[in-house]
Amino acid sequence: MTDNAIPNINTPGYDVPAEMQGQVAVTSMDRLLKLLDPAYNWGRRNSIWPMMFGLACCAIEMICTAASRYDLARFGMEVMRASPRQSDMMIVSGTVTKKMVPQIVRLYNQMPEPKYVIAMGACASGGGPFKEGYNVVSGIDRYVPVDVYIPGCPPTPQALLHGLMKLQEKIDSQSITRERWYDSDVPADAIPVPVLGPDLMDPRDFKKMKQLAKQGAKA
Amino acid sequence: MYGKGILTGMKVTMARFVTTYLDDLRMLGRRYYNPAGIEYRRSKDAKGIFTVQYPEEKLPMPEEFRFVPFLIYDVMPDGSHQDRCTSCGICAKVCPPQCIWIEQTTNPETGRPVPEPVEFFIDIDICMNCGYCAEYCPFDAIKMDHNYELASYDRHAYHIFNKERLSQPAEYYAGIRPANYSREEAIRREKEAKKAAAEAARAAKAAE
Amino acid sequence: MTEMTAERKLSALEERFPGKVSPDARPGYEGFTVAPKDLLEVATALRDELGYDYLSSVTAVDYPEENVFEVVYHFYKSTGGRALVLSAQTPRNKASLPSLTPLYPAADFQEREAWDLMGVKFEGHPDLRRILMWEGFDGFPLRKDWKEAYYEEEHKPFAARWPEGAVRRSEDLNAFSGNVAYSKEFMAQPDKYEEEAEPLLYAKLNEEAEKMGRNFETDFVTVNMGPQHPSTHGVFRMAVMLDGETIVALKPVMGYLHRNHEKIGERNTYLHNMPFTDRLDYLSSMSNNWGYALAVEKLMGNRVSVPERAEYIRVIMAELTRISNHLWAIGFLLNDLGAFFTPSLYAIEERELILDIFEATTGSRMMCNYFRFGGVARDFPEDSWNKLKDLVNERLPRRIDELDVYLTNNEIVGSRTTGVGVLTPEEAIAYGMAGPVLRASGVPYDVRRADPYGIYESFDFDVAVRYHGDCYDRYIIRMDELRQSLKILQQAVKRIPAGSVLDKNPYNVRVPAGESYGRVEGPKGELGFYIVSDGSANPHRYHVRAPSFINLTALEKMCVGQKVADVVVILGSIDIVLGEVDR
Ligand code: SF4
Ligand code: SF4
Ligand code: SF4
Repeated sequence: MTDNAIPNINTPGYDVPAEMQGQVAVTSMDRLLKLLDPAYNWGRRNSIWPMMFGLACCAIEMICTAASRYDLARFGMEVMRASPRQSDMMIVSGTVTKKMVPQIVRLYNQMPEPKYVIAMGACASGGGPFKEGYNVVSGIDRYVPVDVYIPGCPPTPQALLHGLMKLQEKIDSQSITRERWYDSDVPADAIPVPVLGPDLMDPRDFKKMKQLAKQGAKA
Repeated sequence: MYGKGILTGMKVTMARFVTTYLDDLRMLGRRYYNPAGIEYRRSKDAKGIFTVQYPEEKLPMPEEFRFVPFLIYDVMPDGSHQDRCTSCGICAKVCPPQCIWIEQTTNPETGRPVPEPVEFFIDIDICMNCGYCAEYCPFDAIKMDHNYELASYDRHAYHIFNKERLSQPAEYYAGIRPANYSREEAIRREKEAKKAAAEAARAAKAAE
Repeated sequence: MTEMTAERKLSALEERFPGKVSPDARPGYEGFTVAPKDLLEVATALRDELGYDYLSSVTAVDYPEENVFEVVYHFYKSTGGRALVLSAQTPRNKASLPSLTPLYPAADFQEREAWDLMGVKFEGHPDLRRILMWEGFDGFPLRKDWKEAYYEEEHKPFAARWPEGAVRRSEDLNAFSGNVAYSKEFMAQPDKYEEEAEPLLYAKLNEEAEKMGRNFETDFVTVNMGPQHPSTHGVFRMAVMLDGETIVALKPVMGYLHRNHEKIGERNTYLHNMPFTDRLDYLSSMSNNWGYALAVEKLMGNRVSVPERAEYIRVIMAELTRISNHLWAIGFLLNDLGAFFTPSLYAIEERELILDIFEATTGSRMMCNYFRFGGVARDFPEDSWNKLKDLVNERLPRRIDELDVYLTNNEIVGSRTTGVGVLTPEEAIAYGMAGPVLRASGVPYDVRRADPYGIYESFDFDVAVRYHGDCYDRYIIRMDELRQSLKILQQAVKRIPAGSVLDKNPYNVRVPAGESYGRVEGPKGELGFYIVSDGSANPHRYHVRAPSFINLTALEKMCVGQKVADVVVILGSIDIVLGEVDR
């Protein structure tokens, strides 16, 4: 630890007499926990287990990233798990279709927290070249929260690695004290699974639909 | 004998395993973190470790590599920027997923279009990196970029590139695509020379 | 010559059915029309008397002006030769035709697709359910009067882009900020909707399982493999009915990657479609490009000609693609067998070197977008040409031999694949199998030889064929094809002439009215593009005959009676890519 480590954990607003500085600090549990963060995050960022989950063309580039030339193992991410229950990160690699959305949301709900989502490629971020299609969803972020977006069609393996490093940076900036999922009072919220009706339906939209129907009837 | 085929196969993996170390020793100090080493690892003689250690070392992008497009401006002798784009709209027409939006200006006095876009947008969440815009632009004003490190935390704010975000000086283009650049410049110079010659001829004729 | 024979056989058809079959009179159309009531009779005679035993493509075309749907059939002989095109029309409001599935099982999925997307009923089809969209989806999307939620204009380019391009995202214009639209009645009470768990699918599974009878005193077990399952090579699902560990019924369920390729393709201009074809079979974009270029060039006729150097480059690129695809397929077949990663890593290494050449030449590793109508986009750069020569003359032969030593005689590979998923030659033809799957069943049918395109006739190579029709043969035939591709490549790099690669490259391609069917031997089999042009800048109908999709027709046939673990191997040996299955 560096020399100024002790003053660093001192809660601001408490004046420690000059002669005792460097030996004594007035602190709180909160600030102590923050010291843990770097070590804890270092561990987490270097052992992310991605879900073995590919949707379309981008998935091929994802597999290439895991293969020998780009070698995800250097980032501690080579343990691809086919089960969502064992994975920390979902790489949405490819076009998200309406028929597939319910499954993706279900997979996301099944992942244990903390969990991260990467939208790989134009399709997963915002619909991509097939956006206008009747069976294509304009970006997965309408259904599950996305942490990193990687543009490109397809992003090259190196672009994916860059995105993964961005995710690592994000993990570095997180803190045990702040993140929702370390708070035992906040329940892990499940995202309502969309329904395949005459078109794709998000249960969260039902209210709006009725409202619109009423307005339409009036008008 | 059952298992003979497996053993023969295992010899292959074993050979590869041993080669990895032998090759590292053979090329001690020359294999990693230098361009020649990367080139060796992607050549026909590559043996042993195949990995390119991104981000410490990066695969060099070939000249034709295409990612997201960018617009080119020329820096004029007086330091001002002159867009090459004339907002002719061809790129917006050939763009397969229709992700280019171009806003043309008209001269308020004459009411005629000004050959410069007021705004130029590309939605990179739709762009399929196909390269058509660059291929069919008659003014060499839009080209495909090599920068693939574009990952971001927020797409809503950053993923529709506007003219400012898209514009790059011509030197940048010359830097990433030297062969294309010099070929196009040669054609431009030739055209300009022809134009000047024609002009001179006309002037001479007028003088007569 | 081929022209003549085709002519004679066709008139033989007319002779056989006077008054029932007549040549298509529309300009640019090459087929024959038949009345729906005679369709079955004619098709039977085609198969049994005239030798057209291979039904390659079935698709429907919407003609709103004439108020008809036309269903177009492309028949071939499994001994080679040109197509016989048959079409039958049915009124739009009561669209219904007799099903050819009982005669030609190859029609099974294709008729379901036509029902799903176009709403044409096929009487007598054993299992007419929606295939790409889900049951209950509102409307038949490929009909010309059906509009998607993000509908902007009938055809590209859209006027909103230039000169007053006010940028916006499509979702901002939608009431639900998404790609959805509902009918008014539905919106009034959305929560009344009850999602049903695919009753038709499970009823069909049960029915077929009961037919098989049971061996144990236990219930059948339904297992859904996929859409998220490591063995399915993407988002593919198999609903399997098990008796113990034995499969008694299996239904593939697809559409999880249905990206509306054809609907978008009909909005696009001819040029726009080229990069979209890259994303069909995304492991072999060059072959897709070629198939599409071929179909359009056929329509353009003598308005376009391909320079000789470009023809060579096309062959080189297509064969490199085949190599990279087969390497991938072999690697992942082994993965499916449980040889986790090592074989596929070895294969991907070589593939990366091929992709380096693609990237340096075309600009992208996978989405090459390299073919243009009348040539290819650009020539090889010097260094990638040298790399290519080294690769095909030195490295790849060596590495393929190594892979051979490594895998071919492996006893585990042998015992897991020999005798598994057998398909006889007759079945393979009837089910419309294509590519390595067909040839592994002992049918030496390869479009490069059977109906040559490009300059394949001038190359010396053999059509690889194996005779057992099991998974092992499907593995080994890919090894054979790797070597044959190398043989072609070695000849091509030696003989390639100098010259230009593309004469004209206009951005507004126009083609005369008519229909055309361009097909190439893709790495996965016969890849066909069916295009109907009305003379405008956009295709009137654009259909893809995807080999992966049709090869799945026989999946059930191959799997029933096998153990559940074998399904994974069988699927791996067919080598599907979901982008092409679902399109
Ligand atoms: S972004 Fe491009 S490469 Fe990726 S899935 Fe979409 S279409 Fe395919
Ligand atoms: S970028 Fe080129 S093609 Fe596009 S509007 Fe400008 S000048 Fe025209
Ligand atoms: S690269 Fe292709 S998709 Fe992207 S802006 Fe250019 S033309 Fe459009």
